[in-house]
Amino acid sequence: MDVFIQTMVSGILIGGIYALVGLGMTLIMGVMRIINLAHGQLMMVAMYITFVLYEYFNIDPYFSLLVSMPALFLLGVLIQKYLLNPLLRIESIIPQNQILMTVGVAMVLTEVMRFIFQSDYKSVKTPYSSAVLYISSIAFNFPMLIAFGIAMLLTAGLFFFLLKTDTGKSVRATAQNKDAALLLGVNAEWITQLTYGLGAALAAAAGTLLLPIYYLYPDVGGPFTLKAFIITVLGGLGSTVGAIMGGLVLGVAESLGATYISMALKDAVGMVIFVLVLVFMPGGLKTLTKV
Amino acid sequence: MLRLEHVNAGYGDIQVLWDVSFRVKGNEFVVLVGANGAGKSTIMRVISSLISPTSGEVWFEDQRLDQVPPYKIIDLGIAHVPEARQLFPEMTVLENLELGSLSPKAKAHRKETLKWVMELFPRLNERQKQLAGTLSGGEQQMCAIARGLMSRPKMMIFDEPSLGLSPLLTQEIFRLVQRIHGEGVTLLMVEQNVKQTLAICDRAYVLENGRVVLEGKGKELLENEQVKQAFLGI
Repeated sequence: MDVFIQTMVSGILIGGIYALVGLGMTLIMGVMRIINLAHGQLMMVAMYITFVLYEYFNIDPYFSLLVSMPALFLLGVLIQKYLLNPLLRIESIIPQNQILMTVGVAMVLTEVMRFIFQSDYKSVKTPYSSAVLYISSIAFNFPMLIAFGIAMLLTAGLFFFLLKTDTGKSVRATAQNKDAALLLGVNAEWITQLTYGLGAALAAAAGTLLLPIYYLYPDVGGPFTLKAFIITVLGGLGSTVGAIMGGLVLGVAESLGATYISMALKDAVGMVIFVLVLVFMPGGLKTLTKV
Repeated sequence: MLRLEHVNAGYGDIQVLWDVSFRVKGNEFVVLVGANGAGKSTIMRVISSLISPTSGEVWFEDQRLDQVPPYKIIDLGIAHVPEARQLFPEMTVLENLELGSLSPKAKAHRKETLKWVMELFPRLNERQKQLAGTLSGGEQQMCAIARGLMSRPKMMIFDEPSLGLSPLLTQEIFRLVQRIHGEGVTLLMVEQNVKQTLAICDRAYVLENGRVVLEGKGKELLENEQVKQAFLGI
């Protein structure tokens, strides 16, 4: 029983971070109707920023959130403004060539990082990296716990922004009906830039929070883009509540798979769930929550 | 107040509007009538700058609208109530209305405007927290009109407000439109419901295949032989 509870706890904790990754992707999906295939790579860039700040300036990874998130927000805005939006003005036989552009962005980001840092594995060893908190016999990995807490705070912040502020409402309005939003005075082009920036900043937060417990190399983005995609599909494309649920489900599923099947197969468990959801619940978890 | 001068416009290679000119004076209630595909909605989209004319000019007071991006039109004082409502279906009625008053000027008066609009549309008041997508057709049209009013516009343009509504609801919507006109808002309306709209408007233009073919007082046009034959089936 203890093993099961322990597995669930680790799954939920990592699931909180996955939720951040999925939230960013689903926001971009909702407003621009594209799959951002550079999502994991944006996360990877944020991880390198965090790594450099720790290694050369001795800044604690949690404080470097204050740098990595704004930096990635800015990078996201620039990508949307100069690489993705111009594609909308071009008539082409492939309607979704913005998605192809995100693949290109992903490759460029990966190779630039490889050029600067080489392919070596890096990691950040903080004094508390392996600190553990025990509640009866269940172990809570300390950095995981903090990461989960910050992830929840950021999620709450995002929901406050989307539900309570005019700009947040404009983001939702643009996702639901772009022309109507334009008629009401919403600068839709700026909203797309803001959304991509926000998505990138959320991915950055996930990357930075993950670094003290994870490792880093230029190709780390790929698997996370895949995870983000699974989470978004699990949750139902474009659904924010669904993305949180999807993140938690994926975290728990991987954790269960690692404990009861095999550590090596934990990613496969995620893919199996992905396929099952596509077959039996094509609308994702959104069909259950309706949000 | 609003004037179109020799406007040519279309979508891609297909030209829809041919040398269209007309004007709406302050406080007037002007209607554009015409059959399906006559270019009525295209005119509305040109005024809102959603499409740019290939030639010609669109003026509102002393501003050239065809050189202003679409999201700035509402700040100039024009509220466009689009065809088929175009609400935000997964947002509440209240949120839809709030989105009608985004500009700093409108936002400053949001509370008072909201109160006024809710008095005008008691049915929306009851359904404030309901998702707009779950409203009935008539309620959705009211919500779209109310959303337009939230910007406190000098002028409102309505695109087929009676679309898909029963005759009874259509009458109710037209009564509301007249009431809004009574509050001093200049109106331009596009309608297929020729008989009813000609009876309530000040002036009307008749469109055919993207050209203005007739112009006159609403009641005069009702008596016009050409109009009778083309639209009224007499």
